Order: sequence, then structure tokens, then C-alpha cells
Amino acid sequence: MSTEAPPTGGAPAPARSFSAERGPYFGRFGGRFVPEALVAALDEIAAAHAAAMADEGFLAELAELHRTYSGRPSIITEVPRFAAHAGGARLLLKREDLNHTGSHKINNVLGQALLTRRMGKRRVIAETGAGQHGVATATAAALMGLECTVYMGEEDTRRQALNVARMRLLGAEVVPVTTGSRTLKDAVNEAFRDWVASVDTTHYVFGTVAGPHPFPVLVRDLQRIVGVEARAQVQELVGRLPDAVLACVGGGSNAIGIFHAFLDDPSVALHGYEAGGDGVETGRHAASITGGGTGVFQGARQFVLQDEDGQTVESHSISAGLDYPGVGPEHAWLADTGRASYHPITDAQAMDAFKLLCRTEGIIPAIESSHALAGALQLGRELGPDAVLLVNLSGRGDKDVDTAARWFGLVSDADLVASEARRVADAPEDTEGSGW
Amino acid sequence: MSSSVTSTTSGTASGSAPGAPATAAAAVDRARAEGRAALVAYLPVGFPDVDASIAAAKAAVAGGADVVELGLPYSDPTMDGATIQRAVDVALAARTRPADVLRAVEEVAATGAAVLVMTYWPPVDRYGVDRFAADLAAAGGAGLITPDLIPDEAGAWLAASDAHDLERVFLVAPSSTDARLVMTAAACRGFVYAASLMGVTGTRATVGAGAGELVRRTRAAGAERVCVGLGVSTREQAAQVAGYADGVIVGSAFVQRMLDADGPAAGARAVAELAEQLSEGVRSGAAAG
Repeated sequence: MSTEAPPTGGAPAPARSFSAERGPYFGRFGGRFVPEALVAALDEIAAAHAAAMADEGFLAELAELHRTYSGRPSIITEVPRFAAHAGGARLLLKREDLNHTGSHKINNVLGQALLTRRMGKRRVIAETGAGQHGVATATAAALMGLECTVYMGEEDTRRQALNVARMRLLGAEVVPVTTGSRTLKDAVNEAFRDWVASVDTTHYVFGTVAGPHPFPVLVRDLQRIVGVEARAQVQELVGRLPDAVLACVGGGSNAIGIFHAFLDDPSVALHGYEAGGDGVETGRHAASITGGGTGVFQGARQFVLQDEDGQTVESHSISAGLDYPGVGPEHAWLADTGRASYHPITDAQAMDAFKLLCRTEGIIPAIESSHALAGALQLGRELGPDAVLLVNLSGRGDKDVDTAARWFGLVSDADLVASEARRVADAPEDTEGSGW
Repeated sequence: MSSSVTSTTSGTASGSAPGAPATAAAAVDRARAEGRAALVAYLPVGFPDVDASIAAAKAAVAGGADVVELGLPYSDPTMDGATIQRAVDVALAARTRPADVLRAVEEVAATGAAVLVMTYWPPVDRYGVDRFAADLAAAGGAGLITPDLIPDEAGAWLAASDAHDLERVFLVAPSSTDARLVMTAAACRGFVYAASLMGVTGTRATVGAGAGELVRRTRAAGAERVCVGLGVSTREQAAQVAGYADGVIVGSAFVQRMLDADGPAAGARAVAELAEQLSEGVRSGAAAG
């Protein structure tokens, strides 16, 4: 880059930098729509975050945990047999599913658990939908000797009893939330209610790039390692940057994680895939960008599913981790500016991609991540065989086996009846969804 | 105590000029002139139904409430405990809408009481901030209490409340820094809502021990009127808080009486009884200086 001024006026505007945004606002999105009582704690986290990111010791400790505990760097896997169904494009998967605890969620919680210790707090709380963020938080809490409470919608504790058991095995208290729709958004509400009363001793390990500032930028900074690694890995493997980077989007942490290192590479298209449920046109979906509007929700201005009175509308998705009526403010801004584009993928499209990856590559993906795989099938056909696509395989599908078995009719009615009986009788072994 | 923001506007509205709605500032000042604290009663619109909630609010006024806070039901009330959540669930299940709240404002304001709307921000944001302010002013409302809107994010509301001469009540908490108390006190008009403790709404055995200290700090930060809420439910607690605050805010205790009552009429009677007891409480506490 030349630093000399051009001889005449009319210098081309420098390429816009998207990666330098650090909140509280991303364009017209973000902010802090929170009770005053939480402002001091949010300021404390913002300060601790800034100090930690400038502290070699903190970064080294986190890197060591990544290397020796969660298994980073995660590998890249090329999937040619799957890609044959995607117009023959080269398709590369970033294998976050191979991380300890089975998804990208561990990247965020290890960083926040270290931050908790730095702030001198002894207890963490978290919300969880499918249980993945809750399991990751319980894991980090066990590792670092922190007390841990996880809020989970009662509906989700039933659907995800296996993850409830996992969290309890790890020593966490799991609190079923019985208010509102009894799902993820209500778990977030309940975590905020706990936090406002416990903030002196407790850190709220927020699970995604949403919520009030600084959570969107804090979680982003802790997840961006995914894209930083992948950018180098793809260049080494194919000798150039990918043409497109694809990820599923619920709250948006795995997508920001892999997008961020590519934001200032104008040749790289960024595609986020939202949960289209039964189809955006049916109203039964979780596609807040492609099927919602702008509004304030859970601490930030963003895209959200709201009715005309500003009441939150319940979201629907086969994947519990994407089943959330909002999306992080940085995604809202990337959509607004056109830097990234967002598309809905229906339950059926996601499940087709899920099955295809199982059968062609021997990899069982999370249903969340299957939304990005379905996007790759569409985009690959569009871009043709010369294209290189990088897909974030954000989680593994072990937890989704029961859902998939039902979807594809792999279990008999008798099995289902027995399983239902178990479900009612005691804690059932029933899992669904992944992400959050 | 003369934050210029507070004194200029409260002055204009403190009389009872015909057509001018009663303001919370005037109600608090009147109580102060009587050597007592003001009683502020919260009731959610739409619980158990819109008409019954209006009747309950009127009963609170009849029982001695100086200011009524009408709650606009919201699907994700993160600052509310179980009691108010239950009531709000009922109101939302019956699809209570902003227009219902505005009708309630109009009817309750007709009693002469100052009426504030207590609302989370998403519904107002969605309705349109200026449009909501205009409609609230037209209904005779005094202003808004905004539990999840801090002055830092309130640009549109500051402008709209100026344009429509409405009161704006922001909250302060024991965790607020002195700098934020100064900023928030300057942004408030009517009174400053001091949260007695770190937590959500709900009745408690004792009022937060830090409440008196927060009131002192908030006054030192320039606030002209400071009312205390969260956890006040009995005559004794009201008397205690009246000893150091300009107003006593009670919410969950009213809602609990209605939940416990056998039908809406009994609910309204129970609200009036509690208001009478609390009203005695705010008169028996030493008036704040």
C-alpha cells in the first residue's frame, strides 16, 4: 500500500473496512437497551475485555487452552462426494464439530471463563436453547472451579434431556424456565433477572453475538479465531481465498466467527443461512433478517420477529440452536450494508443436506450447520465448478440423532411409543438441535 | 437542587390549569407541601381485563394514590418478578394493545390523578416514539417510566417528551456511579425512580438497606424528586421509605392482591384497601427534607 498522496485529486476511496467496528453500534444497530442496574457490570466487562485483548498473558493462556483442551486449530475437510451435488464446486468444511463439547461454543466460553476469573467473580450463569452453550459453559466452569447456573426453557429441557444430564454431570445447576414461551428467549430473560440481583459476584456468559454491548463484540472477538484459522488453511490448501464463506445464523456467533477475518476481502462473498422453518411465507420460521423487521430486543436494536405492537413473536425451527427470534447487531449491519447476504433454509432443505452429508462423507452434522450445507448446495450450483466454498460446520449431530431418526422415519412407531413413555416417566433420552 | 431541565418544565405543569394534565411532579410537590411522601401505585393494563384494570387503578386513586403507573404489557419483561409476569401473561393472552393502554390513561387521568405509563422500550419503539408521545399527551398522560431505557439510548424519547411536554422517569440503581446519577437526574423530568435494591420487581420482607443511601446520592447528583420502588408492599415499609424519599412506589403488592381476590370487583376493593393502608404509611413516615 503506497502512502504517497496521488498527484491529482479524485483519489479512489479506500476500500471500506468492515472489520474495525467495535460497537456499541453497528450502523443503526446494537446499543444497550438494559436496566440501569446492569450498566456498571456491562462497563466492567467492556473494560476487562479490552484489557484482556491487550494482555499477552491472557491471550497466551487462552491459546494454550485452545491447543491442549478444546483441540484447536480445528481442521479443514474437503468434501468432494458431497460437492458433486453442489455443481461440482470445491467445498471445504471448517470442522468446529470436532472441538471439545462438539461445537464452536467452547471458543467463547473458555475466553469468558478466563475473563470471569480476571474480574474476580466466582459464579457464572448462562442461557441455553438446545443445550450446547449450556454444556460448554458448564464444562468451562468445571475446568476453572466456578459455580455455574444454566437457565433453559422448560420446553427445551424436555426436548434436550440428555444435555440437561450432561450439564448436571459437570456440576452445573440447571433451572427450567417456566415463563413465556418456555424456550431460549425466556431463558435469556431469566438469566438477566438472575444477573440483575447477583451481578456483584456473577458473570453472565452470554452465548452469542447478540444482547447489549459489549456482548456482541466480546463474543465476536472470542469466535473470530474460526475465520482466522480457516483463511490461512484455505489459502494453503487451494492457493487463494475462497469465493464464498457460508454459515448458519441464529444469534449468529459461528457465522461472525468465520466471517470476520474475511470482512475486508471484497472478493469473498459472505452468506448467512437462517432457519426458514416451514417456510418464511408460512410465518412459522426463525428468519429474523429475511422474515422479520428492525426493532429492539433483549438489549439491542437488531432484526427481530415482532408483531405490530412490538411483542416478540415465537420462532419455529427444527433446530433448537437457531430457534431464536432475534439476531446479533453486527449481522443486522452486515445485511444492511450488503456486505453479507442472508437467506432462509427450510427445515426440509436442511434435513436433506443433513442426510446427504451423512451418506456421502460419513460426517453427521448438527442440524444447525445443515442449514449452511443446504446453502452450499444452492450456491455451488450457482457459482459452478471453479468456485471454492468454505462452510462452517459449527457443530456435530450426535445430539440430533433422535430428531433425525423421527424425521426420516428410521424408528418404528413402537419405538416412538416406548420413547414417549420414557419421556413422560423420567428424564428421557431425547435430543434435538445444537447451537445455542 | 435546580437541575434546569427539571425545574423549568415541571413548573409549567404543576398547576391545575384546565386542560393541562396532572403531572407526577405536581403530585409529589403537593405531597411534600403536606409534609408527607407521595404514593405511586403500579397496575398493569389488561389484568384481569382492560376494564377491570381501569377500575383497579381508579380504586387505587380512591384509596389515596397520588400517581398511577399504568403498565403496558410486554412479552419479555426482564425487570419483573413472578407476580407481575403472571398478570402480564394474562393481559397479553387477551391481546392487550397500546390503544387499550391509551384508553386506560384517559379514563384514569379523568380522576385527576397523574398517570404515567410504565413500559419496556420495544413496544414504544415499534409504535413510533413521537407518535406514542403525541397519543399519550392527547390521552392526558403525564409521561413515561422506562425500566429498560437508559438516557444514553433515549435520544428520540428526549426529543419527543420535550415536544409534547411529557415527564420522563428513568431509573437509578445502587450500582449506578455518581457520574451516571448526575447524567440520569438531569435527563429525568417528574421524578427519579430509585430501585431500592439490585433485583427485579416483587414483594420482599424488607426494603433494601441501600435505598436511603441511593436516595441521598441521587439528591446530591441534582435530582429534585426521588421516589423509591422495588420490594415495598406494606404500610410499615411505606412509612419507612417515606422517611427518606419523596415518593413510595408499590406494584407487585397491588397485583398480588388482585391475583388473590375472588373476581374483579373484589380485586378493586382489595386494591383500594391496600392503597388506604399505604397512604397512611406515607403520612406516618417523616417527610423527606
